[in-house]
Amino acid sequence: MRAFLGFVRKETLHLLRDRQTLAILILFPVVQVLIFGFAVRTDVRDIAIAIVDPTPDVATIELRDRIAASDRFHIAAVSPSADELDLQFREGSVRQALVLPRDVERKIGRADSLQLQLITDGSDPNTAGIMMGYATAILQRWYRDAVPAGRSLQIEPQVRMRYNPTLESAHLFVPGLVAFVLTIISALMTAISITREKETGTMEMLLVSPIRPTAIVAGKVIPYIVLGFVSVLLVLVAARTVFGVPLRGSLVLLLAESLLYIVTALALGIMISTKVPNQRTAMIAALAGLMMPTLLLSGFIFPIDSLPVVLQWLSNLVPARWFLTIVRGIMLKGAGLVTLWQETLILVGMTLFLLIKGSRGLAIRLG
Amino acid sequence: MSDYAIDAHELTRRFGSFTAVDAITFNVEQGEVFGFLGANGAGKTTAIRMLIGALEPTSGSATVAGYDLKTQADQVRRRIGYMSQKFSLYEDLTVRENITLYGGIYGVSDKDIATRTGDILTRIGLEHAGDDLVRDIPLGWKQQLAFCVALLHRPAVVFLDEPTGGVDPITRRRFWELIYEAGAAGTSVLVTTHYLDEAEYCRRISIMVNGAIAAMGTPSEVRKAVGAETLDEVFLKLTRPGSGAAA
Repeated sequence: MRAFLGFVRKETLHLLRDRQTLAILILFPVVQVLIFGFAVRTDVRDIAIAIVDPTPDVATIELRDRIAASDRFHIAAVSPSADELDLQFREGSVRQALVLPRDVERKIGRADSLQLQLITDGSDPNTAGIMMGYATAILQRWYRDAVPAGRSLQIEPQVRMRYNPTLESAHLFVPGLVAFVLTIISALMTAISITREKETGTMEMLLVSPIRPTAIVAGKVIPYIVLGFVSVLLVLVAARTVFGVPLRGSLVLLLAESLLYIVTALALGIMISTKVPNQRTAMIAALAGLMMPTLLLSGFIFPIDSLPVVLQWLSNLVPARWFLTIVRGIMLKGAGLVTLWQETLILVGMTLFLLIKGSRGLAIRLG
Repeated sequence: MSDYAIDAHELTRRFGSFTAVDAITFNVEQGEVFGFLGANGAGKTTAIRMLIGALEPTSGSATVAGYDLKTQADQVRRRIGYMSQKFSLYEDLTVRENITLYGGIYGVSDKDIATRTGDILTRIGLEHAGDDLVRDIPLGWKQQLAFCVALLHRPAVVFLDEPTGGVDPITRRRFWELIYEAGAAGTSVLVTTHYLDEAEYCRRISIMVNGAIAAMGTPSEVRKAVGAETLDEVFLKLTRPGSGAAA
């Protein structure tokens, strides 16, 4: 046990002394969130909006003025009926439409419920989410100002996505990012740190010493488990504070599943390290063998349904695919273990398989 | 149970059809400094790696520190020290941290680690560099430090694979003083080397050619047996038979 603790301490020191790598590992997740988050926002200015206003009155004109005054929107069309909307969306001349009911002014005065319809072009899910956010904000501000205090009226904007009816949220990228970051930190860094010792010859010293191969591996991965966990927290905090990404399900479950996936990724890293001779090959193997599937075959960038059948089948072998389903379920749908047990079980199975294969590979003395 | 520190019998290792070590039989007494000589690729490193349990023998048997290599590998591991050809300390840890790490791995108590760390630093003259990173100290000191670390847990046998490669003559001398000290303290030393002057320091030597032991004995016995004046000549005669050195 003392030997083992000494070993964990050594690995931690390696990690802490390699300042550059450590800085990259800590900044990487946050930078990724910011890049993804802001890349999404680039085109969200000057949104062409159509307003359907069957009975113009003081209240609706005030609303139109507010929309026109915002630098986010320009009013592309105002018409009394919604007949033209489909055509306008298809042509791309408008990207959003606000359909007002009749007699807005009177309804506000009478405290009737007010039903607005906000139609958004969902062909680009990320921008769609942001456009909706902006429009909703203006509507709510307008409504608060228009209705004197004390009345408890609520707008119920009916949101209908055109062209992408299955869109869940603009924040689909955060769960994918969690998987991506964990894969890099856990798998890549484990593979590199084990192959580094192979290269320097210290691994041979360890293997001929009384310390067990399993203890060597455990000692190696513990600091990376901690680091991976910190990364998850950083990504979640950044996503929440900067972009307001929701967490609808249980935080504890999310962290527990993340821990499971960290171990999966570590096991992948161990597998790689047993197959390759040096750090460079380990890096290439991890990048080509893990990062690309994690990006492309997990549903992170391309929805699984839109992949060719062969790739859909292949995606079943990518652990990130199952983890992604779990994280999306927890964060966006508020799902619990009751609905996610199958994915969790698959991930547990994969992890056990990889761990057994990996530690066997490493237990074979270097030949 | 064997009284010898190392007792190898017909030890053989093949890689595919290539026989790297061919049925070597030899023994090393307690406290003996035993030299393993041979050209590059003669099988010295393969032989050592079998004896430290890093490589499984294809056939043959051996006991190390009195324990069977195959059946009592754990006992063997606890009683040997090893310093590899590659420099084997952690460059990004300090001198003290390296010593503490290996001490912990070999189950040396904290108290002993503390006293032995002090001893080591004084003996090799690194008192002021204990908290320096290993990568910042000169190569000669690194090698001496690696040797002392290999001896930290007072092993019965220590294996040194070309310990003095790339080191200047003065440091080599000091290194051999350390080896003698270890031998005098009862630790058997098996050392491989290219330097034939170093072979003269060994009590006995064996010269490996193509995986087999071609000559073995004290340096003077070997010279006599081969019929050569110097070890240089012995080496040339054995490793390149038919060359100009043949008498």
